Amino acid sequence: MRLLRVLLLMLVVPLALGQAEPRLVPEVSNRQIEIRYSFTGEELLLYGAIVYPRGQPPEGVTDVVVVLKGPLERTVVREKQKVAGIWMNVGRTRFRSAPAFYAVASSRPINRIVDERTAAIYELGLGNLQLSPGGGAATDELRRFEAGLIDLRRRDGLYAEYPAGVAITEGVLYTARISVPARVPVGSYTAETFLIRDGRVVAGATRDIQIEKLGFEGFVARAAERWSFTYGVAAVAISLLLGFGASAVFARP
Amino acid sequence: MDLYLPIAGLSVNALVIIALGGVVGLLTGMVGVGGGFLTTPILIFYGIPPSVAVASSATQITGTSISGVLAHRRRKGVDYQMGGVIIAGGVIGALVGVFLFRLLQTIGQIDTVVLILYVVLLGSIGILMAREAATALGYLKPKASERPPRRHNPIVAALPFRWRFYRSGLYISPLAPFILGIFSGMLTALLGVGGGFVMVPAMIYLLGMSAQVVVGTSLLQILFVTAATTMVHATTTRSVDIVLAVLLLLGSVVGAQYGARFAQTMKPELLRLMLAILVLVVALRMFLQLTWQPEEIYTVQLL
Repeated sequence: MRLLRVLLLMLVVPLALGQAEPRLVPEVSNRQIEIRYSFTGEELLLYGAIVYPRGQPPEGVTDVVVVLKGPLERTVVREKQKVAGIWMNVGRTRFRSAPAFYAVASSRPINRIVDERTAAIYELGLGNLQLSPGGGAATDELRRFEAGLIDLRRRDGLYAEYPAGVAITEGVLYTARISVPARVPVGSYTAETFLIRDGRVVAGATRDIQIEKLGFEGFVARAAERWSFTYGVAAVAISLLLGFGASAVFARP
Repeated sequence: MDLYLPIAGLSVNALVIIALGGVVGLLTGMVGVGGGFLTTPILIFYGIPPSVAVASSATQITGTSISGVLAHRRRKGVDYQMGGVIIAGGVIGALVGVFLFRLLQTIGQIDTVVLILYVVLLGSIGILMAREAATALGYLKPKASERPPRRHNPIVAALPFRWRFYRSGLYISPLAPFILGIFSGMLTALLGVGGGFVMVPAMIYLLGMSAQVVVGTSLLQILFVTAATTMVHATTTRSVDIVLAVLLLLGSVVGAQYGARFAQTMKPELLRLMLAILVLVVALRMFLQLTWQPEEIYTVQLL
């Protein structure tokens, strides 16, 4: 994964430095998403400029793909089957690097912008996620679990594809909107932007985005993690206090 | 009004949760059950992760049971000696329960086990309660062949070293309530229920405690065992959501007070029949969830 990213940089950096090819100047509407008490999700605006060496966009079609990716997590996917009349988890597969969040926006459907190989290399599209399955499951069984994971997360809004989600204005300005749902996990996210011409990635750039729990919510989450005993005592105390308080209030005639 | 729950990691409508607490509280005040059997499944149905639902519901029950304990203490309806023995068992049961909870979580069977336990417990107790209440109301004729109830259960009577429990009017081995406590502590940790709906009948029919102290002692036991469960969950699974518990409590403590007033205007048998029907509906709902093809075949868990 990391190796891939380094390779990717090696591909992209000389292109950007050489000035013979266009360059991307990306920006994000919010580099630090704060989860507070009223957080119900957020719509991120990812935009930027395409800088051409001669200032003029060349002839032909230019495409932009924006990928917003969350931290990689080790996950288990379980599959339910009917056993003796009861639906219960039977099979399972581990994935070592399933992104907690993945959204891809493109100016046209990805299969019309690049060929399958390029899409696989750059992990463009939900079908091209490198989930690194562990264990020796058969290929078609693996596909089933992968599809199950992607489908589930897609309906939770954690995985998304926007095949017409990037708008390019006058060939030099691009904008993409990606919505981040409330159940988004915290962590470091990356927003990768790719400039694609004739099925070839000609420029790329990355921006980091932090999603954090702040304020009271952050305090509670950290307290539960770090001072778990005190947190438990506090939880019991609060609930006793509320119960006691209510009976005291209502006991008065 | 959307509110973000820091541990559950999602936003909920705060008013819905408070209303749920209110309904459960009303039930608590009316019939003296903690209502965990209703809260936990509804929270899970609402999208709260099961572990958070179980743990936070236990926290909430602590709050609702305190006012009940205080009320029963005033009219000397609590057997502290008996309560102490049951609580000792309950704390051990809670530890065992949380251990089982984590074990089942790792092998991915927690949901199924929780559902089966709910169906079996709620189903059998619901049927017993419904029959008893319907008989008391005269809807059902009492069975002619029924033997007169025995004062002492033969198994309980056979246990060694007996103690005197004056308030309960019993001379039995403390092992019986201790084992009962372990069982109810496990239920609390696994299912997020206070266990009153199991303990009250067990105290009456198995131990033979005198009726005046049963509810008060059961509430005392619930108070301590749910508090212990909160502690164990907070330090191991880390799934106690204070915000969720407070929302539930806001509704339930107020609901419980109104429920208690409302209860005085109704026949207790009718209340018990209503509770029995509610319990059976929840059991049926869970039975269907087990046997019908679920909407989600796949589930994702982080390691």
